[in-house]
Amino acid sequence: MTGAPLIEVQDLRIDLDNGSRRVAAAEGISFRIDRGETFGLVGESGCGKSITALALIGLLRQPLSIGGGVIRFDGQEIQHLSAARQRDLRGNRIAMIFQEPMTALNPVSPVGRQIAEMFVLHKGKSWREANKLAVEALASVRVPAPERRVNDYPHQLSGGMRQRVMIAIALACSPDLLIADEPTTALDVTVQAEIIELMRNLCAERGTAILMISHDLGLVANVCRRVAVMYAGRIVEERGSADIFRAPSHPYTQGLVASLPRLGSRAALGRSRLKEIAGVVPAITSFPEGCRFNPRCANATDICRTVVPMADALEAGGLVRCHHHA
Amino acid sequence: MKLRANLIIGGALFALAILVGVLAPWLAHTDPVLDANLLNAEEPPGWTWWFGTDDQGRDIYSRVVYGARVSLTVGIVSQLINSVIGVALGLSAGYWGGWWDDVVNALTNVMLAIPSLIFALAIMAVLGPGLTSLLIALGLTNWSFTCRIARASALSLRSQGYVQAATVLGYGDLRIMITQLLPNMLGPIVVIGTLGMGSAVLSEAALSFLGLGVRPPFPSWGSMLSDARDQITTAPWLSVFPGLAIFLTVLGLNLLGDGLRDILDPQSRSRRT
Repeated sequence: MTGAPLIEVQDLRIDLDNGSRRVAAAEGISFRIDRGETFGLVGESGCGKSITALALIGLLRQPLSIGGGVIRFDGQEIQHLSAARQRDLRGNRIAMIFQEPMTALNPVSPVGRQIAEMFVLHKGKSWREANKLAVEALASVRVPAPERRVNDYPHQLSGGMRQRVMIAIALACSPDLLIADEPTTALDVTVQAEIIELMRNLCAERGTAILMISHDLGLVANVCRRVAVMYAGRIVEERGSADIFRAPSHPYTQGLVASLPRLGSRAALGRSRLKEIAGVVPAITSFPEGCRFNPRCANATDICRTVVPMADALEAGGLVRCHHHA
Repeated sequence: MKLRANLIIGGALFALAILVGVLAPWLAHTDPVLDANLLNAEEPPGWTWWFGTDDQGRDIYSRVVYGARVSLTVGIVSQLINSVIGVALGLSAGYWGGWWDDVVNALTNVMLAIPSLIFALAIMAVLGPGLTSLLIALGLTNWSFTCRIARASALSLRSQGYVQAATVLGYGDLRIMITQLLPNMLGPIVVIGTLGMGSAVLSEAALSFLGLGVRPPFPSWGSMLSDARDQITTAPWLSVFPGLAIFLTVLGLNLLGDGLRDILDPQSRSRRT
């Protein structure tokens, strides 16, 4: 990797203040994303991937707060910037799209206006110019007849169309980083593929880096060059996306990959039960000592129950947080 | 779609009242103030004097027509002031929460605890009678309902996806309130505003009845009622017609408010689709 990374997160800790005591909802989060790179963050619900994204854009709200660590965006530490400076970054240089295209658009405002507002807000355009740019933006996300569609209200559009509009809004100002939080969970599988393809192409054209957050390992590995797997508030493994499927190092990742249903596996292997990871995700207030995966791990030994594993570099590239990695 | 009788009747009555007020100089038969003629005093309604005349021989019809101007000005302007105050306070309180919410809540509770007419009376007593002080007095005393509604809407709207999306896209607080929250709560605000106009018309009548409204001899429906109360047995038309005008205007506004609620309420809207 050459040059300064676009965004660099070092040892980020996110605190959850539940009145009586503070617990770390996520800790030791470190990763970097280069310009134009695609990076995936994978994990189960509640593992801390979405709050990590919120921390990046400075939108953690009570009871969550940044408890420590550094977030460096384009060489500048942004975790202590003033609210106004953070607002200038949001939408302009860091944009985000959500999993719910149904609710993420204002129902009483035409979609064209919502796109145009981005140009007015961040680029200081007049409404006339902004409206023209909105038509172009809508055309760029391949919405048919954009000059008519700009006047449509969100309820007149299908889910896929709405997500296209969301992408148009998010990419309106050609941001450096697009955070996509489960961008396709609410969509049909066929539409999913289209949207992902569209997002990738547009970001590649603009040189926009993508941070994709999902619980869908297959989807993320497909889109992203590198993938980080989160478990119970820690990144347990970070690898190139091809490697993570071929040779997962962390027992949790191994379990995840093994539990993916494979098309045609039944014909090849006969009727066999889908692999699963035994046990459940620990609650945020009662994370186990040592490695947080130890109660569910088949290879767990005494050291796993007492000592927190460090992130070790792998020979093949990547990081893993396990005492017993290969 | 079902014909909405309340909306149509209410809208028609309100439109009629506004039309009468605007076109008063052309509709009136005589000047409401100057054309007093004691020779025509206390004529009952008939072909010459449609609504009869008062004890100074002034045409009641012309005075009712001109009176619409005062009543509607007070109704519309004072309710606009109320809506602006109520929305500004309620919206910001609901969106920001925290100490500001507590302050606004306390203020709203105080306003709700004091009968608004008494409060308006007190303000009028300080400012003195007249149209401007009437507008100020009524405009400052009836915003608590609007404020409550705006606050409740802001509270529920601020967790909506599009409001959070706007935050993520770098919208400032003020821009979020104006472009995201306000348009989405406009329905109930407009309904409350229309109903509030009706009660402002009534309050104007009450204050004018008490002699604190528009200065005589210029007519307002309330002051006409007040003047007519001595002759209510001998010349009932003096009180019937301004009373009828108040009644129809307020009825129109209330029907309009109900009708608007029917079409603007998201729940009834989703029931239709």
